Parts: sequence; C-alpha cells; structure tokens
Amino acid sequence: MGDYILLAVGAILVNNILLIQYLGNCPFLGTSKSMDNATGMAMAVVFVLALAGIVTWIFEAVFLKPLGLEYMRTIVFIVVIAALVQFVEIFMKKSMPALYAGLGIFLPLITTNCAVMGVCLINIKEEYNFMEMLISSIAYPAGFGLALILFAGLRERIIIGRVPGPLQDVSIALVTAGFMSLSFLGFKGMI
Amino acid sequence: MAKTIVQEFTKGLWEEIPPFRLVLGLCPVLAVTKTVANGVGMGVAATFVLVCSNVLVSMLRNIIPSQVRVPCFIIIIATFVVVVELVMQAVAYPLFLQLGIFIPLIVVNCIILGRAEAFASKNPPVASIADGLGIGVGFTIALGALAGIREAFGAGTISIPFSDTVIQLFGPSFEPFTFMVEAPGAFVCLGLVLAIMNLVGK
Repeated sequence: MGDYILLAVGAILVNNILLIQYLGNCPFLGTSKSMDNATGMAMAVVFVLALAGIVTWIFEAVFLKPLGLEYMRTIVFIVVIAALVQFVEIFMKKSMPALYAGLGIFLPLITTNCAVMGVCLINIKEEYNFMEMLISSIAYPAGFGLALILFAGLRERIIIGRVPGPLQDVSIALVTAGFMSLSFLGFKGMI
Repeated sequence: MAKTIVQEFTKGLWEEIPPFRLVLGLCPVLAVTKTVANGVGMGVAATFVLVCSNVLVSMLRNIIPSQVRVPCFIIIIATFVVVVELVMQAVAYPLFLQLGIFIPLIVVNCIILGRAEAFASKNPPVASIADGLGIGVGFTIALGALAGIREAFGAGTISIPFSDTVIQLFGPSFEPFTFMVEAPGAFVCLGLVLAIMNLVGK
C-alpha cells in the first residue's frame, strides 16, 4: 500500500508531468488563459487518460508483447488513443450532454496531447503491473490538472499587470512556468 | 500567391521558424535541449518525418476524403516515426536511449500534423518537400541554438552532434549554472529567447 501512495505522490508532485517531464505543453499554454478553459481541459485529460492508460496497457499485454510486435507500439497506441477519444466524444454527446457541453471542445485536442501518449508509454517503459498502471494513469493527469489550474490562476493575474512589450503573451507565460517548475523541483527531496 | 520553391523553403528559416514564430511542438523543444547533440539529433529526426509525411500527404491529397483526413495523416506520420525509431536503434543507439520516449512522441508533435493539414494537403509534392525541409531545418536550428545556450551556461560545454566530441568552453574554475539544464531553465530560457525574437522582429 505504501508503495502505491509513494507512486501517486511521485507522479503528482515530484515528477509532475507538465513542469518536470515537459509533456503536454501545447494545451498548457493554449488553454491557460482563462480558468474555465483550464478546468475543462484538466477534467478532460483526467477522464481520457485514465481510459487510455487502461486500454493501451491491455493492448500491450494481450497483443503486442505475446506476438513480439513491440516495434509497432507507436502506431497502435496513437490509433487506439484517437479511436478512444472519438468514441468518448460520441458517447458523451449522446448520454451525458451536460458534461459534453463542458468538455466537448477539448476532446479533439486531446488526441495530439503528448501527455496522454506520454503517460501510456511511461506505463509500458516502467513495466508497471495493472494496479501501478491504474495509479499512474490517474495520478499523472491529476498532476497535469493541478499545474494547469494553478498556472491559469497566475496567468489571469499577469493579463491585468503591465508586462514589457517584447515579453507579452507566450514569452512571459513561459518565464512564469519556469518559476513554477522551480517550486515543483523543490518536491524532489520528498521521496 | 505564386510563391517560388525557394521562398517556401526560406520561410521556415525565419518568417515562420518553429517554435519561435509558430508556437507549436514545445514538448521536445523543452525536453531534449539539455545538450546540443540531443537537440540537433531530435531536429534531424523530426525533419525526416516532416519531409516524408509532407510528400506522402501531398501525393494522396486528392484521394483521402476530407472527413477522415486527420486520422489518415496521423497514421502516415506514425509510420514514418516507426521508421525513424528503428533506424535510430540501428545507427545511433546512444542517442536513441538519450531521447527516450520523445522519439515515439514525434507522432503527436503539432508542427508535423500542422504542416500536413495547413500546407501539404493543399499543395503539390515539390512545394511540400520545400516546405517540410524549410520548417524542419528551422526547427533543427532553433533546437540547436536553444540547446547551445542551455548547455554552455549549464554545463560549460558544447557537444558536437553525431560524434563523441565535447568542447570545454571555460577554464577549470567554472561553476556550472545547473538551473539552466534543469526543467525550470528550459522554460525561462525559451521564454527569454522568444522575447528577444519579438524585440528583433518588430
């Protein structure tokens, strides 16, 4: 049990996917201008990544590994993720319209979110068993959401402030992200 | 409208140089620029995928129905990424280990899908090659430059791509500024380079 908690804390704080592992930076900069968008994106990533982690892990265990097709992993995973996102979108539109109204526009963006593909690949690379995979597929996107929502809060303040001309928009956002990353680096001593 | 092939090539080197002008595909830019060798290696791999996928997308542009074009593009790109993965394992295994999961993640690099969608699906193959090559070389230069800054300050060295040579820049009393090669340095450094580009461009 202790190991699982350690894994979860490690994935959320110490190895934060956005700020320490540099995955998923396009949506990080793209959707952090307003808190609503950031929250929507964070929820969508948590939802899809939990599913994608399970499905790709099963694909690896059932098809790729026994058949010796590991070199096909990249193609198979991207197709599985793309199909899954499409499926989730259709399913949500039909049976959960309220949720779809909130998350709908973020779903197509998730296919090309490297955080999703990245965590699926990390799960395989670290040779996690099913339980560990489940924790990592939930904890990593939770860390993504945490960083994204905190950053959106900062960015809303920056928009009001007076930023020097050349630093405006993306530039100041990256510098801010750098200092946030520095504070996350401080968690390194925890485990 | 009638741009020459040369113009298609050169626009990737300055006007639309990724990731500075087109803010896309930031993950590899931040992650693999710890050393110049890694940065340039990543740039070359991405350029190969970009040129090949641009050519194929361009040749198939009248065959692929527009409703399913994005999945088709992704599969084309993924195929070339697998090619790169296998080739790198064979000829540059240490680099392959260094870049790790960022090689398969070229699949989800928005620059490549972006060029396929915005350019190659509307233009003939020759122009698409020029476009892919231009953007790819621009991307490689950008990665190399950023990596150069980070490596010089963070480790006091410059590693030459595709060889084991490492040049020491400073004397023995140099204290490395480790911040630059850690994650925060990547963000701050890219942010400042973008600011300088904005200053120069205006």
